[in-house]
Amino acid sequence: MGKLINEQGIRTDGRRVDELRPIKIEVGVLKNADGSSYIEFGKNKIVVAVYGPKEVHPKHMALPDRSVLRCRYHMSPFSVEERKNPAPSRREIEISKVTREALEPALMLDDYPRTAIDVYIEVLQADGGSRCAGITAASVALADAGVNMKDLVASCAAGKVDDTIVLDINDEEDKEGQADMPLALLPNLNQITLMQMDGILAKDEYKKCLDTAIEGCKKVYQLQKEALMKKYFGTEIEVGNLA
Amino acid sequence: MSSARKSNMIVEHLRRAQMKELLAERKRLDGRGLTESRPIKIETNVIKKANGSALVTLGNTQVIAGIKVQTDEPYEELPDKGLLICNAEVLPLASAYAEPGPPDEDAIELARVVDRGIRESEMIDLKKLVLIEGQKVYAVFIDVGVLNVDGNLFDATSYAVVSALLTAKLPKLEVKDGKIVDTGKLMPAPIKTVPVSVTMVRIGDTLIADPTSEEEACMDARVTMTTDADGHVCAVQKGGTGAFTVEQIHHVVETAISKGEEIRPIIKKATESG
Repeated sequence: MGKLINEQGIRTDGRRVDELRPIKIEVGVLKNADGSSYIEFGKNKIVVAVYGPKEVHPKHMALPDRSVLRCRYHMSPFSVEERKNPAPSRREIEISKVTREALEPALMLDDYPRTAIDVYIEVLQADGGSRCAGITAASVALADAGVNMKDLVASCAAGKVDDTIVLDINDEEDKEGQADMPLALLPNLNQITLMQMDGILAKDEYKKCLDTAIEGCKKVYQLQKEALMKKYFGTEIEVGNLA
Repeated sequence: MSSARKSNMIVEHLRRAQMKELLAERKRLDGRGLTESRPIKIETNVIKKANGSALVTLGNTQVIAGIKVQTDEPYEELPDKGLLICNAEVLPLASAYAEPGPPDEDAIELARVVDRGIRESEMIDLKKLVLIEGQKVYAVFIDVGVLNVDGNLFDATSYAVVSALLTAKLPKLEVKDGKIVDTGKLMPAPIKTVPVSVTMVRIGDTLIADPTSEEEACMDARVTMTTDADGHVCAVQKGGTGAFTVEQIHHVVETAISKGEEIRPIIKKATESG
């Protein structure tokens, strides 16, 4: 066995290979926003606000038949070890784009012609997998805003570490590991809305990694539902019956 | 934002309906098979002032890649590796919809996805590009200019960059008494594998490879997969505002591997004479 998974199959942070990091989701954390959420996903701490559907500025961006979804994924300068320049990096621009494309298939944008829906994702503290945590929280914030949706979007990564396919890779495993596959899923429609991968995977490993990430997304989905139930019904209801 | 801009691209409703009708019969507007690529033409060493260059024509899509090699300090956390920097621009002359200005999110995504395919496949052995560990390394700058847009910029750009790297001649530098000396000789880049990018788009329930602009304007979602010479997948990027099922992704993995094996010899042949 390598140095990231020990003989007992336990990872550096004490998890089994198919175990998620601790996740906490809160709904409605910001007063001004139409919808908002806060997520802790391992050491990630991310706050998301949704404004809209609202009037579009600049006006020429408006579309006659549907709403325009706009996403901004941003890392606070203090969120990482070395201070990050607050100007949007190429990485942040790409993540903003794939985040928008991960969320859009879940939204019924045709219901809101000539409007914009703005999603602001602010990473206050970064750990591995911040884009997945951001998408997970953004989808909850969109539901909180009351935007018509076909499904929630649950997101989580899988990867390859020490020749083993593992769920939800952390920062260290991302840097030292062999592959990383962030995924987002519409859990009820069984549709993949985000898929990226870097590293090296043989065909069979690719399929296993995909299945592992999907299982992870389904677990994340349960936590999203619990968080929404808690805000809107005030109690932690058995969510299994509501699927 | 560019999502709005793209919707300005008018594909007449009739054309779109015709395309969907044809695809249902597994046919395409230009008569190609569903996974058939347009003709690929690769010319290398087109820019003499660059260390490596390639002009790739994929149907009507045309892309030029140029490589400039300099020396630089390595990244602090990677003292034993050379630098590889990939940048892409859709030049304003490339289409009626391209505008001057800094790269937008589409161009940034293009550069980053192509970069990922080369970096993650370990096409270039960056450890062999170190002069003085932690102090001086080779810095390989890859700049891509899209000259004509007709769909599938991801694959055309990837083929151009890979071809330029395969034929690049780097200055052979040596360290003498702690100083960098140019020997005046040239050497090839340290190549380990030839990555091949394959992009497919979904229109309705049909998946097609190497989409044209017209097909991209009708697409629901896109996915790009890069495979190495061992047939392993080394970089993936889903794009577009739609989704894929697991079965569709499995189909793309199979196609990317088989098409990779088909396109790799084309790139190798075009770069042999270098």
